[in-house]
Amino acid sequence: MTQTTLTRKIWMALTGLFLCFFLVIHLLGNLQLLLPGETSQLQFNAYSHLLSGNILIKIVSWVLYASIIAHVIYAIIITVANTRARQQQYHYDRRGSVSKWYSRNMGLLGTIIFIFLVIHFRDFWYVYKFGQLPLDAQGNKDLYTLVTEVYSQTWYVGVYVLCMVALCYHLLHGFFSAARTLGAYHPKYVRWIKVLGWVYSVGICAGFAFIPVYVHFLK
Amino acid sequence: MHIRLKVWRQENTDSAGKLESYELKEVNEDMSFLEMLDVLNEQLMRQGIRPVEFDHDCREGICGQCGVMINGRPHGPLKNTTTCQLHMRSFHDGEEIYIEPFRATAFPVKCDLKVDRSSFDRIIQSGGFVSVNTGQAPEANTTRITSPLAEAAFDAAACIGCGACVAVCKNSSAALFTSAKITHMALLPQGKEQSQDRVLHMVNQMDEEGFGHCTNTEACEVECPQEISVLHIARMNWEFNKAHLLRK
Repeated sequence: MTQTTLTRKIWMALTGLFLCFFLVIHLLGNLQLLLPGETSQLQFNAYSHLLSGNILIKIVSWVLYASIIAHVIYAIIITVANTRARQQQYHYDRRGSVSKWYSRNMGLLGTIIFIFLVIHFRDFWYVYKFGQLPLDAQGNKDLYTLVTEVYSQTWYVGVYVLCMVALCYHLLHGFFSAARTLGAYHPKYVRWIKVLGWVYSVGICAGFAFIPVYVHFLK
Repeated sequence: MHIRLKVWRQENTDSAGKLESYELKEVNEDMSFLEMLDVLNEQLMRQGIRPVEFDHDCREGICGQCGVMINGRPHGPLKNTTTCQLHMRSFHDGEEIYIEPFRATAFPVKCDLKVDRSSFDRIIQSGGFVSVNTGQAPEANTTRITSPLAEAAFDAAACIGCGACVAVCKNSSAALFTSAKITHMALLPQGKEQSQDRVLHMVNQMDEEGFGHCTNTEACEVECPQEISVLHIARMNWEFNKAHLLRK
């Protein structure tokens, strides 16, 4: 594909929507952490084991890594081009009053999410894949205990929740913007997509933020 | 009323500009913003200072020639209004008003508040036309267009090309302008025939002129004097995606 401003945006939209889809699956898996005591530990560990052994999941995970990297790279390319499109800035600038702050700061919100992802990968993904984890009663790697230990730290849960707020605003604009980029112009469906975007963003982020808080206080 | 002005002064495209301060002691609040600039220029000429250059033509809000940044917003503090339709009653006595040109790499400043918007012309030239054989006028009822469709096409055609969408966009994107022109023609049967080539050429030209990416902040719709809907941008994206996929 030749690179026009629109094709770059299409790649942002497609990778972004794939990541949106992934978040749903990820959240559904995480909900197992809310199950009572022993069941939660065994089921969560068995689920993690199931995922890591499946070839289909492996392919999806490579698409996921590629999507994250492509989303970041295109974000940088687009930002650089946009900066070039206006070399001299306004001396007096009140343009911010006519658009939403989070729609103008997707790069900043994205950077917060990226930093969060690096920490997230280091603490869980890296340890699970390459670190030494004790085994649970069923002989699966005990990711559950690692998660509950990490979530027992108050500062970690605080940072986690703040990052979910940043993610929520990023999704609020991203979901709707992706639909526009892909060409959703029918007024009726545009309204539905906006509502769906709100429900999706708030639902996903509230769900993700609730789990560490619940684990911190009740486990 | 008494107002203080900070006006962008720049000799030509290559020179560096700066904000100059001026004062107007007696401004009638029923003056339009451009009339206030006329009064300023008369005062400057009496003082032997080069008058401030700015674009204007009809002063009725329909030609799209006027357009400056007023207190950090294109066409000033009102929504959906051209500079010429803005009146001094929108400001208060003693107010300091910043006046700058629309800024974008694709809109180089020619002098003071005047910018070169010929990049818009080149976008139109690249595809904003319908190729038909001329000759006898065809029978009017052979091409049927319903009233709602004609109205929708006219809503898009109402764009006056003032450039406020580019000026307000944090990315200096010309998506609203280009999409209005593309939608206008894509809706009508005469324009449908060439819609694939049109959207590809016009988007290419838009990029070549150095406009940025549309990130759907929707600021353009708020400032547009003609209230061109941002849904036209989604329509352009739809036409572009379709053309890109189906192109042979």
